[in-house]
Amino acid sequence: MSTIEHAGDLPDWAALAVSFFLVIGAGLTLIGTIGFVRLPTFYERIHAPTLGTSWGTGGIVMASMIFFTVLSTRPVVHEILIGIFVTVTTPVTLMLLARATLHRDRAEGNPGVPAEEPVEAGNREGAATRAD
Amino acid sequence: MSQTILSWSMVFAQVCLVAAMALAALRMSRGPRAQDRVLALDTLYVNSMLLLMVFGIRTGKVIYFEASLVIGMLGFVATVALAKFLMRGEVIE
Repeated sequence: MSTIEHAGDLPDWAALAVSFFLVIGAGLTLIGTIGFVRLPTFYERIHAPTLGTSWGTGGIVMASMIFFTVLSTRPVVHEILIGIFVTVTTPVTLMLLARATLHRDRAEGNPGVPAEEPVEAGNREGAATRAD
Repeated sequence: MSQTILSWSMVFAQVCLVAAMALAALRMSRGPRAQDRVLALDTLYVNSMLLLMVFGIRTGKVIYFEASLVIGMLGFVATVALAKFLMRGEVIE
């Protein structure tokens, strides 16, 4: 097994920290995707890949930040852009996808989906207050 | 010693991410309905983004970081457009 050439002067603690975060991130991403294949219904499956977008991305971004910061002896933080971007966009896309799926299931009348709440015309504020 | 651990953990991370991409592709080819395929595409995008970041650590080049940023943005836009399509039947109304 060949070693990484440009990481020759990386100190031991940094190499161990980078290895730890790489293994954590990649392993959790794999576990999330295994769950995505194995879970039975779509509403359960939609939870599984978020393991990869939360701790998977976090771990690998952290490993990259530690690696390049220690190697270039100055703070390198532009990887955190990817972390922020993935953290912000994943809930948006998954909410849109889950709402689209709920809409399709209701339109097709599939069982096991909560029915749409009846809303009386002109009484929306009253319903909202009662729900509170 | 720590160099060996580092290189083996990079191999482990790459193998894990490639296996995760293969599982997402399996779900995309098998997935019973359209929303499963869209979610599998989103997972595939995220996994390939992480794989490119591990490549970047391995080779020590910054170009992989920019490529993974572009992949992340494209994945976001693609998933939003596909979810809109599943909801309404068309993307731009």
